[in-house]
Amino acid sequence: MNKKGWGKKIAVAPYTVWMALFVVVPIVLVVYYAFTDQSGALSIQNIRSILDYRETFFISIQLALLSTVICLLMAYPVAFSISRMKAYRQQTMVMLVMLPMWMNFLIRTYAWMTILEGNGLINRFLHLLGFEGFNMINTNGAVVLGMVYNFLPYMLLPIYTVLTKIDKSTVEAAQDLGANRVSVFRRIYLPLSVPGVISGITMVFVPAVSTFVISKLLGGGKKFLIGDIIENYFLGSTGSINYNIGAALSLVLMLLILVSMTVMNHFDKDESAGFM
Amino acid sequence: MSNNRIIDLKNISISLGGEQILKDMNLYINDGEFITLLGPSGCGKTTTLRIIAGFLEADSGDVYFSGKRINGVPPHKRKVNTIFQRYALFPHLNVYENVAFGLRVQKLPEKEIRDTVGDMLRTVNLSGFEKRNVDSLSGGQQQRVAIARALAVRPKVLLLDEPLGALDLKLRKDMQVELKNIQKELGITFVYVTHDQEEALSMSDTVVVMDSGVIQQTGSPLDIYNEPKNAFVADFIGESNIIDGVMRRDLLAEFSGRRFECLDKGFARGEPVDVVIRPEDVDVVPVEKGVLSGVVTSVTFKGVHFEIIVDVKGFKWMIQTTDCEAVGNTIGISVDPDAIHIMKKSMYSGLYGDYSSFSDELELLSDVSYEKEGLPDE
Repeated sequence: MNKKGWGKKIAVAPYTVWMALFVVVPIVLVVYYAFTDQSGALSIQNIRSILDYRETFFISIQLALLSTVICLLMAYPVAFSISRMKAYRQQTMVMLVMLPMWMNFLIRTYAWMTILEGNGLINRFLHLLGFEGFNMINTNGAVVLGMVYNFLPYMLLPIYTVLTKIDKSTVEAAQDLGANRVSVFRRIYLPLSVPGVISGITMVFVPAVSTFVISKLLGGGKKFLIGDIIENYFLGSTGSINYNIGAALSLVLMLLILVSMTVMNHFDKDESAGFM
Repeated sequence: MSNNRIIDLKNISISLGGEQILKDMNLYINDGEFITLLGPSGCGKTTTLRIIAGFLEADSGDVYFSGKRINGVPPHKRKVNTIFQRYALFPHLNVYENVAFGLRVQKLPEKEIRDTVGDMLRTVNLSGFEKRNVDSLSGGQQQRVAIARALAVRPKVLLLDEPLGALDLKLRKDMQVELKNIQKELGITFVYVTHDQEEALSMSDTVVVMDSGVIQQTGSPLDIYNEPKNAFVADFIGESNIIDGVMRRDLLAEFSGRRFECLDKGFARGEPVDVVIRPEDVDVVPVEKGVLSGVVTSVTFKGVHFEIIVDVKGFKWMIQTTDCEAVGNTIGISVDPDAIHIMKKSMYSGLYGDYSSFSDELELLSDVSYEKEGLPDE
């Protein structure tokens, strides 16, 4: 028995060390910085100053929510129709969905810059047709577009996976009991795909609410998302660097995400109970 | 009598994945009867059920329901309901909501739903389980929920696809009795699919024996057992010694080098036939009194009787007897005229009925493969 126990410990050791170094230590550091001032003395001034950023938090959450909803509305029908195709087609379709993810996230976002710019692809095309171009880059819309574009696969894949796992015979049973197509969808597919929708929402909302690259590239670098502000406090110009406020903001953002994930999981408790 | 027919299958043929599953099948089902489709894995019995339910469309042929052609009518518009092989309960709904499903689809008033669900759960002895999660139920209980769910919508015909296959033997016996009682009580038609011949014989009014997409024989359980039409049916239903023989004239058959009186006629003189003798109909007698004699090669104790294999001139007979014989003994055999059943030669002749390679283990092994039969196409 002892031997077995040792084997297990050795097997998980690399992961444990990794987690300790790169997850636990950073979190402890974040908490430390958040509750101290620049001289290292204990302080809640940083936390208090977060109130100045409530508008930024609000707009970050708003844009992230909007992108999540758009992703959901776009991904669900696609996931549903892919899940009903023949097996070999499904593979091709899933690969097409994944394809953009093979390219670097930054490069993809830069590509959108060149499309949306004042002198970008769309405007040049419009000029060619004799229309006035219009301003697309550096708007909230461009940021949402960037988020949706980048995070759509993360919504689609979990929903697709859950849909393919639904036992065909339960669908047949529903038809057998008199349910037409609409009814089968509403009473079988929809409720049984909730776990996929939940994880899709989590996987889109979390990176969307904390992004700074997308807002920087497509939002014109105005520090208007919470991610940008945090980035600025850690990596900005010498004068603006303030680890303490940055850490406080990060901490609040983490808590925010934690709370929203808990709420989401509450809707899905049967499923998550299986994993615990 | 044709207005008594609730389901009529006419010239049904279907191929799935390039393989012909049903070949020009004709079958009618009377209103209120308990009919069983019996056959080995892949014989087409589940396919037949799915065609009746509307999950499959036949390549050719017609399906009639109460005299109306229902080809192309989708499952949700057919007045038949299915009990699926693995119950197919709705995992996101509790017992009550599972049973209420069909009623909710019909948008019935809440009170009516409550009454019907209560009735149905009482019928299947599951009162008090309303709030339970279906995953927390045992196999037998899940089965009952599936039955209640299907009966709640008051189908004219209930289709049962190997419903007891996943249950253990004891539970299966209980459920057999229960299903039969439910069927009698409600007076609805049951179309039952199984590979278990005992189940088929004990529950059905009519048994349809199928093999390779063709109906081999249709009849009452007694007919099927006593008057099998060919070697396949004789072998599949119960145990049989099937011996090569020749009809010398009406009422006289010759096999194993001897002539035997029998009760069968209508064969040509000298016509080669298959002779069926059930193991329980063979009498073990002292050698000098036997018409035939042979050497005991194996003895298995079965509780009620011994099952012995006897080598008679190279052909191994199975005999069920209450006498204890030892391996190596030479015994006499006698057969009464009414124990002999004569069948015409068929494509199955010579394939079955000799117990040379008999072993209980082999039989168990081949049972396992049945489990895979009839899954929804994957």
